[in-house]
Amino acid sequence: MSPPLIETRALSKHFGGVQAVRGIDFALAEGELRCLIGPNGAGKSTFFKLLTGQIKPTSGVVLFRGVDITSLQAHEIARLGIGIKTQVPSVFNGLTTRQNLWIAAARHAGRKEADAAVEAQVARLGLGRFADRLVGQLAHGQRQWVELAIVLCGKPNLILLDEPAAGMTEEERVRTTEIIHEINRDHPLIVVEHDMSFIRTIARRITVFDRGSILMEGSVDEVFGSQVVRDVYLGKQAAA
Amino acid sequence: MTAVLRANAGLVVVGLIGVALMIVLPLALDLFELLQITLYAVFAILALSLAFIWGYGGILCFGHSAFFGLGAYAYAVAVINIGESTAPLLLAMLLPALLAAALGYFMFYARISDIYVGVITLTLTLIFYNCMNSTAGPAYHIGDALLGGFNGMPNIPSLNIPFMPDATLEPLGMFLLCSGLLLIVYFGLHGLLATRFGRVLVAIRENEQRVEFLGYDARLHKLVAFAIGGALAGLAGCLFVAWGNYVSPPVFSVVQSAQIIIWLMVGGSGTLLGPVLGAMAMSWLTVKIGTQQLVNASAILGAVLLVFVLVVPRGVAPMVTERLVPWLLSLRRPAAAPRDIAQEGKA
Repeated sequence: MSPPLIETRALSKHFGGVQAVRGIDFALAEGELRCLIGPNGAGKSTFFKLLTGQIKPTSGVVLFRGVDITSLQAHEIARLGIGIKTQVPSVFNGLTTRQNLWIAAARHAGRKEADAAVEAQVARLGLGRFADRLVGQLAHGQRQWVELAIVLCGKPNLILLDEPAAGMTEEERVRTTEIIHEINRDHPLIVVEHDMSFIRTIARRITVFDRGSILMEGSVDEVFGSQVVRDVYLGKQAAA
Repeated sequence: MTAVLRANAGLVVVGLIGVALMIVLPLALDLFELLQITLYAVFAILALSLAFIWGYGGILCFGHSAFFGLGAYAYAVAVINIGESTAPLLLAMLLPALLAAALGYFMFYARISDIYVGVITLTLTLIFYNCMNSTAGPAYHIGDALLGGFNGMPNIPSLNIPFMPDATLEPLGMFLLCSGLLLIVYFGLHGLLATRFGRVLVAIRENEQRVEFLGYDARLHKLVAFAIGGALAGLAGCLFVAWGNYVSPPVFSVVQSAQIIIWLMVGGSGTLLGPVLGAMAMSWLTVKIGTQQLVNASAILGAVLLVFVLVVPRGVAPMVTERLVPWLLSLRRPAAAPRDIAQEGKA
């Protein structure tokens, strides 16, 4: 049996006396789309930072396709094909959309191949209208898509999306939902999101974080129907 | 071919003007003026070295004169001992590059913040300044070269034609060499910035974390850029000494470091042409106001800097390419198509 695409075993992170992540055992299969939910401070963003090597765990391991990547630097983990779209768009504001994408594509391709990869992603995500505009001049939703295109140009084997619909208009959210479904056809995804209505449109399986631990894992119906989850996180929002 | 030339029209114009000036200036200027222009070309190379690492790499180097001064002293000591300038010139680039690489390793791999990079480099040049000031007396020598302390080192041999120690360069030869090297450095850096390395370097300036997320080692890119900048500053230091046949500790001074930063601020640090023009214009202005007794020269230079910071905060070159030229074009063609941002800043 092949190992999970990414797996954590007893993963913990302490900041002084604060336990941000406590003994997380998590596994994601090839091709899966998993949503992570949980109240603020539940440890979701810290978990993402541990997966991408931005911070090192206090204890525990991270395995990617069975290989221990816990001690690797962020750029070494990225080279394995783990791409991340951060909560606040992490883009190159002083460069155009095309130039942003080219930097990503050029890491694993020559000049002409990178140019072609950029045009492919511009067409795929519909970025043509602002392809030659400085990214710093774009609207928030457009910057989110540019960042997503940057991640895709990096030819990822796994994509982590941290609140991909945050700050978007309803129209942009609908488009983002389509994009995520389209991307998931050939890329596994882990999505952190607060917006429950958005979660319902994209999720198949959900992991619920609470106080640095995994509270439960299950299908959309199981999670949204769980009284425990309602009590700790969803509350009246789910009941309504 | 035509398309390539059209896409790089700005560079072609700069190149043609540069070559034309190399031919015309020796015919039009007297010896003193030619020597002054030669010095401005040396300072322009120094400005380009900082423009590359600060303007494009985003590395705040407040003590860039450390590499300039090290190149100057390395050439001086080596040429006195060797008696021929080919190896000393290479050494004047190699030593600052190695120092920059070593310093960069500790700074960038430790991931210290920008402001500390600035403080450390500033401290480095002050250490050099104080150390060299303390080398007066016959006990302080390297081979045959007396370091001379605050009195400096006089009678340093000029550059010669490679491996021909007796064929030293006269002022005209020195002018052609320095202006030719300026063009080579200018176009070389343009070429480097067009490569993947150069583009990633600019991306690091914009967002280092995203660059790491894409699988690039930002630390290594910054280290290499810092070493290249150090080597170019060392080259400028070597040419400076060969031009004046003299070097003293003020090449390491804070004033010298501040001057380079001012050149960039006036010309525009995010371009290559701007720092060249800034270095030449400010050096010319310094000489001109130094010849009058009416007003303190430093006060005038301070006022000029203040005006630029307040009125043209990004420098002259970006203002011309991003504001003035589009405005002039819009006057000629009111219904012109939107400007192509991708082509901006090519000069």
